[in-house]
Amino acid sequence: MSGKPVLYYFDGRGRMESIRWLLAAAGVEFEEKFLKTRDDLEKLRNEIDGMKLVQTRAILNYIATKYNLYGKDMKERAIIDMYTEGVMDLDEMVLYQPYLPKEEKEGNLAKIKDKSRNRYFPAYEKVLKSHGQDYLVGNKLSSADVYLVKLLYHVEELDPSALANFPLLKALRTRVSNLPTVKKFLQPGSQRKPFEDEKCLETTRKIFH
Amino acid sequence: MCETTVAAMAGKPVLYYWDARGRMECIRWLLAAAGVEFEEKFIETPADMEKLIKDGRLMFQQVPMVEIDGMTLVQTRAILNYIATKYNLYGKDAKERALIDMYTEGILDLSEMMLQVVISLPEQREAKISLVKEKTKNRYLPAYEKVLKSHGQDYLVGNRLTKVDIHLLELLLYVEELDSSLLAPFPLLKALKSRISSLPNVKKFLQPGSQRKPPPDMKRIEEARKAFKF
Repeated sequence: MSGKPVLYYFDGRGRMESIRWLLAAAGVEFEEKFLKTRDDLEKLRNEIDGMKLVQTRAILNYIATKYNLYGKDMKERAIIDMYTEGVMDLDEMVLYQPYLPKEEKEGNLAKIKDKSRNRYFPAYEKVLKSHGQDYLVGNKLSSADVYLVKLLYHVEELDPSALANFPLLKALRTRVSNLPTVKKFLQPGSQRKPFEDEKCLETTRKIFH
Repeated sequence: MCETTVAAMAGKPVLYYWDARGRMECIRWLLAAAGVEFEEKFIETPADMEKLIKDGRLMFQQVPMVEIDGMTLVQTRAILNYIATKYNLYGKDAKERALIDMYTEGILDLSEMMLQVVISLPEQREAKISLVKEKTKNRYLPAYEKVLKSHGQDYLVGNRLTKVDIHLLELLLYVEELDSSLLAPFPLLKALKSRISSLPNVKKFLQPGSQRKPPPDMKRIEEARKAFKF
C-alpha cells in the first residue's frame, strides 16, 4: 500500500486517458494494473466492493478537487464543468474512432472534423478571446485546461490541420504543455498511451466481448 | 457576455428546453426537491432554437440551458452540480461527493439508454427496450440495492438526502413506467422510493399541475424529429 492511486484498465487510452493526464498534470504518481483477458475483468468485477471508484467523471472530479484543479468556488466549478462536458462530448466521438468497424470510420471522422472545427474549437477559442487570460477559468490551471489540451492533441492526430484557425487554442496548448508536470508526461517513456493500434483492439475484443 | 432575462434577474432560475422530459427533467426534479421555484421558456419551433443560437446563449448550440445566478449554463451535469452545491445536496466532503458522482453516473448511463429508446427510430425501438430492461434488471438495480443494503441507511450517501437520491427516485419511476415488475425483487429500492416520494417538496412535485413532464408522446416525438431533424 504505497498510497499511490492504482488504475485498472486495459493498456490503451480509452476512457482512462483523461484520468492519466489529470493525475500527471497534478504531479501525482500512479500505478497501473492492465487487464489483458476477460478473466481479468471478471475477477475485478468480483473484487469491487463499492469503495473503489468507478465512472470516469467521479474519478476525475475527485482528483480535481483533491489537487486544487477545480476552481475557487462553486461558480468557477460550474464553468469548469460546462467546459469539461463539451470536451467530453467531442472526446466521445474521438475515443471510439479506433474501435469502429472499417465501414463506419470515415463517417465518424467526418463528424469529428465537422464538430471540432465548427462547434467546439470556436467555443473555446471564444472563451480565451473573451478574457485574454492564460487559462480557461479563473486565470489559473484547472482540469478543464488539461482535458482540452489532451483533446487538441488527439483531434490533431486524426485531422492534422484541425487547429489551423485557432491561434489561442494553440497558444493554450503550448503553455500547458510547457508546465513541468505536463512536459514530463509528454516525453517518451511516460504513462501516456499512444493511439490505439491492432494489438489494443485485439485485447479489448478479448476483454469486452 | 450573454444577456440574462428579467426573470433570471429576479432571482428565479429560467430553464430553456422543449416542453418535454428529455435531458432537462432531472434538473426540474432537483430544483423541485430543493424547493426552488423556477420558470420555463419552451422551445416550440426551429426558429426559437435558431434565435437562442444566434444570440450566442448556447455555448455548444445545445440545450438544456439554464440561466441561474447571472450565469448562462449549458450541459446537464454542470447545471445539476451547481444546483446541488448551492442547495447542499452534494454531500459533506470530497469523498462523499465522489460516491455521489459515481452513483449518479450509473443512473445517467441508464437514463441515457432510456432516452435513446424515446428518440430512436421506430424500427430500432424494440431492441433498445430489451437492452434497457436487461441492464436495469441485471446491472443497475442490483447495484443500488446493494448500496442500501450495505449501510442500511435511509439515503444512498452520508445518511442524508443528496442529489443522487432524487436522481434515483426519478429513474425508479421511469423503470416502473417501462415495466412495473422490474422493481419487484428490490425491497430496499422500493422503500427508498416511498420514502423520498413522501418528502414535502417531492410530494408536491409529484402532484398534478406541477412542472413535472408526462411520459413522451410518440406522435409529438415524430413531429419534433421532422422539425428539428434528429
